Amino acid sequence: MTSNKEVIMSDAKPLGGRIITPTFVICLIIVGIAGFYAVKRLIFGIGSISNMNDGFPWGIWIAYDVVVGTAFACGGYVMALLVYILNRGEFHPLVRPALLASMFGYTLAGVSVFLDIGRYLNVYNLYLPWQMNYHSVMFEVAMCIGTYIFVLWLEFTPAFVEKYKLTKFGERLNKVIFILIAMGVLLPTMHQSSLGTMMLMAGFKLSPLWHTQALPLLFLLTAVFMGFAIVVFEASISSRVYKLGDETPMLSKIARIMVWVIGFYLIIRFQNVFMRGEMALAFSGTFLGNMFLLENLMLLTGLIILAYPNNRTSPRLLFIAAVCILIGGSLFRFNTYIIGFDPGTGWKYFPSIGEQMITYGLIAFEIAAYTLFVKIFPVFSSHEHTASNS
Amino acid sequence: MKMKRREFIKGAVGSLALASASGAGIANARTVQALPPGAVGILYDSTLCVGCNACMAACKKANDKNPEPVNNPGTWDNPQDLSASTLNVIKKASVGTGEVKDSPSDGYAFIKRQCLHCIDPSCVTACPVSALTKDEETGIVEYNKNACIGCRYCQVACPYNIPKFEWDDMYPEIVKCQLCSHLIEKGGISACCSVCPTGASLFGPVESLIEESRRRLQMKPGKAYEYPVGSIDSGETHSFAAPHYIRHVYGLEELGGTQVMYMSAMPYKEFGLPAFPKESFVSMASGIQYAIYKGMVYPLVVLAGLVVMVKKNKKSEEAEGHDQQQGGDHE
Repeated sequence: MTSNKEVIMSDAKPLGGRIITPTFVICLIIVGIAGFYAVKRLIFGIGSISNMNDGFPWGIWIAYDVVVGTAFACGGYVMALLVYILNRGEFHPLVRPALLASMFGYTLAGVSVFLDIGRYLNVYNLYLPWQMNYHSVMFEVAMCIGTYIFVLWLEFTPAFVEKYKLTKFGERLNKVIFILIAMGVLLPTMHQSSLGTMMLMAGFKLSPLWHTQALPLLFLLTAVFMGFAIVVFEASISSRVYKLGDETPMLSKIARIMVWVIGFYLIIRFQNVFMRGEMALAFSGTFLGNMFLLENLMLLTGLIILAYPNNRTSPRLLFIAAVCILIGGSLFRFNTYIIGFDPGTGWKYFPSIGEQMITYGLIAFEIAAYTLFVKIFPVFSSHEHTASNS
Repeated sequence: MKMKRREFIKGAVGSLALASASGAGIANARTVQALPPGAVGILYDSTLCVGCNACMAACKKANDKNPEPVNNPGTWDNPQDLSASTLNVIKKASVGTGEVKDSPSDGYAFIKRQCLHCIDPSCVTACPVSALTKDEETGIVEYNKNACIGCRYCQVACPYNIPKFEWDDMYPEIVKCQLCSHLIEKGGISACCSVCPTGASLFGPVESLIEESRRRLQMKPGKAYEYPVGSIDSGETHSFAAPHYIRHVYGLEELGGTQVMYMSAMPYKEFGLPAFPKESFVSMASGIQYAIYKGMVYPLVVLAGLVVMVKKNKKSEEAEGHDQQQGGDHE
């Protein structure tokens, strides 16, 4: 059990330091601009700030903020899966930062949904048993995401407990936390695959390059490897920015797992398109065909970089591969929700400035809140030990 | 512990296989909807329609919708397509020079676009809060604004692009034809049919309308026949020379069938009506969902398994962490 030597329990500490940094201020300004558009939307309606229309009822608030955004927020999910289900305790130091990012990612996806849905005051109907529609994929996704946001905050609560020395509450929480962690693995597995099932209903409106009965599996797999990729991405940046020491040995192990997941994904993806006889469309040189190729080329690039063990020891190549994988995975999800979607009869959609500003605002809020929390609450562990051990 | 993990992985692979499994087996897991006993609908015969737009005016009046003066500002209602204030629209399609009515070459014809009231409606399956429902008796697909959360999944799901959204409203609703269910409740018929002068829009029980469509397909082109006007049992008729019908009633079988059906002498694709298979997309999507979740039983079983594993792993990890701390002290 050599790996357990590297386990360092609860030595996470607040980073401290100046909170009002230039990055923080810029983020707040963007949040302010987004706030203006959010107010305008609430007063004058969705049409007043967005380009969504009856042909494209879902824009970037769903396709980016929810569908891509929650995949970016799958770090907490995959790390919990790795550490608590597959019992790989050596990754423990990465759990809390991943959870924090997931917590904000999902919470802001929730905020985005709230701005996106027209009749937000009726949301309580989701919880009225006589209104629930168990046949609806949307119902399942809404319930899962709603519950998961709550679970994420509770999963992160030990950090609040440590900070404010809430010993009594901490003990009580510790008795039930394994249930929360288990839900934190189950819920994303359910709704991330259901995000794929959701677009099955679009039928002929979705290009055959993306419309397949394998969508639930493809969405689950993208959630898993994008979750790992975001952990590598965030750890690379934060270890540089906050001078946390070298995390490369841990990240390279994650990279090795990604190779298998992405390899599996790409085999299914191409086999599926091939078996349905749509390969000709993929190489037809059309815009959609090229988008399909681009999406998979990005993933393939990431895969090839990470397939060589030597590359996995280079922080720079790890980072580049993670970025390629994140772009590839996001493109797959974007293509499924917007680019490959065509309701016919000439409708077009491109996000308006106001729509984009809301999305930028949510991202900026995420960054600002993340940098604030890591300074105030115990999130990062010092990796001096880990580094010297390996 | 090692074996436990292997067992978990086996289970996980199994459920992934289930998630990726496809085909008829799963689609059948959900019962396909049948035509409700008292189903009512509309038979729209494009060859009878003269494009007078009386149905559009009546529709707006019956449903309290604003006119849309598009090309004639301030003059009269002139919507180009269905919208948040137009539940019913007559559109003209032309081929070639578009001179002869109902001629497949160099001809033109009208089509009435509205909600077709599918027998297996995607929007009803899609709606998370049952704001869209299919009436068990009449089969009318109805909308309840008090339940609707405005997620617009119905718009994504509808294969005919029917539901519209009030984009410019502060607290918008989904808008679509509900077959004037408020008039039918009081013994009336859909407003569009009651004003149609030629019987192009014919209201009635779906079974009778299908019967009528069969009668029309057997008519001898050029010979004059009596066509019912308004409601199929109204007794009023209109004499008209039978046209060369396309030998296909649109809506009879499309995606499981619809309660509003079309007859025409012009190919349906000219109206922008897609050729659809008999099986609805909705039965495919919710079939998969059903097979995976089995009414939430599978997820609960998996959750129980996960709880046990997390508890075990967390305990062993804490013990190891404790050991290590102690070990550290000794060192």
